[in-house]
Amino acid sequence: MARFGMVIDTRTCVGCMDCVVACKTENDVPDGRCRDWIVQQTEGTMPELRLEIRSERCNHCDHPPCVDCCPTGASHIEDFGTTVQIDAKLCIGCKACLASCPYDARFIHVEGYADKCTFCLHRVRQGLDPACVAVCPTHCMSFGDLDDRISAVSRLVNARAHHALLPEAGTGPRIFFLT
Amino acid sequence: MFEITTTRANPMVDPALHVWGWEIPVYLFLGGLVAGMMIISGYLLFRGGHRNVRSAALMLPGVSVAMLTAGMLALYLDLEHKPYFWRLYTSFEPLSPMSWGAWILALVYPALIANLLLRVPGRLARRWPWLAELSGRLVRHQLAVRVIGAANLFLGVLLGVYTGVLLSALGARPLWNSALLGPLFLVSGLSTAAAFVHIIAPDPLDKRLLARADNVFLASELMLIVLLIAGLLTATRAHIDAAAMLLGGAYGAAFWVLVVGLGIVVPLVIQTLAVSQRIRHTQVAPVLVLAGGLALRFVIVYAGQASRWPVAS
Repeated sequence: MARFGMVIDTRTCVGCMDCVVACKTENDVPDGRCRDWIVQQTEGTMPELRLEIRSERCNHCDHPPCVDCCPTGASHIEDFGTTVQIDAKLCIGCKACLASCPYDARFIHVEGYADKCTFCLHRVRQGLDPACVAVCPTHCMSFGDLDDRISAVSRLVNARAHHALLPEAGTGPRIFFLT
Repeated sequence: MFEITTTRANPMVDPALHVWGWEIPVYLFLGGLVAGMMIISGYLLFRGGHRNVRSAALMLPGVSVAMLTAGMLALYLDLEHKPYFWRLYTSFEPLSPMSWGAWILALVYPALIANLLLRVPGRLARRWPWLAELSGRLVRHQLAVRVIGAANLFLGVLLGVYTGVLLSALGARPLWNSALLGPLFLVSGLSTAAAFVHIIAPDPLDKRLLARADNVFLASELMLIVLLIAGLLTATRAHIDAAAMLLGGAYGAAFWVLVVGLGIVVPLVIQTLAVSQRIRHTQVAPVLVLAGGLALRFVIVYAGQASRWPVAS
């Protein structure tokens, strides 16, 4: 079974927000909400500063606490790509999943159910990349099966220095940032 | 420097998580209060309280049903996808404390109603005489009374612990990430229930017993709070920062003044003096305990949501 993940090269990401706009357009994300976003992290002492720009979203964790805490099974692991998905018709809007996510990747849709990045599974099923990956003008984002040793994502993770977000939270995030 | 800027501004999530407003602390408070009353009522039934017409044991089930229903209403108001509420009862998710809670609540109501049947309120008995007859038959069977008492005791403990586990299972919020929250909310529920019963109990013996019991609950609660803070202060940076929110941060004043000072220490002193007969029993201490129990839920729910893992690793 595939294990979809994403690799994002922070050396080529320019923070243009095309991925954010593409996601909102593709998934009809309501105004004022977003499934992916841009984070700019600056650290160091002038003039020795280091800037990292990251396109962030749900990490589709290996051990997703949002799935464990869901009282109705609305948050679940989809067989296709073992990604974390939400069935809006089962969601009661209790918000436990929002509180359980160390990445704060979820929000409440204007219609009342919990919402987040789906890795654009509807596109991936057709053999396409997620919308954010497809539109990236610097090609800094790659999507694929982390368990497939010859996939682009596996090769990048094996070849380049990288980090994930909050690995200490123990959720097994599947988005890796090349540094 | 270390600076983070983000384009994300999702409602209820940014700049700090605030998904639960007044409804959840009120629900947790009422749930804990009912849990405590079920335990006290179960205990009194075991001691033969049903034979004493003035026993608080016979008043509590009716009050508990009303309070639990009010709590459930608060919980319902908090839901964002209300028409789908019934989905809680179409599956059981063993890893979800909220699912456990929904099913525990489904068992609590029948246990409370069975307890209520031990003394059917006069108006109901006149309207449906068969209820009074059933009640009479139940009371004559010591075993039936004991089973009802045991069921109320057991489910009361489950309900009380669940109100804390509901939060402690959410590991992304360091302040809640302690197994002590379950016992703390259980003991706090017991102490608020003892205080409430102290106010409404017609029997002076019950009043005295509950004031004494409340002192034990309040002292235990204080000890659990100390252990909770000590546990956080000896864990990771995220947990130390979470403890700091209570000790001196944004929630420090409410925590020290409302929860610890007025909610535990002051009523403990008053009730210790009253129990040793140096001053008279008044309603002051129980009212403070009830207000402190509510404040504890507000502080823990609000501060817990705002606590988080460091943004970058």
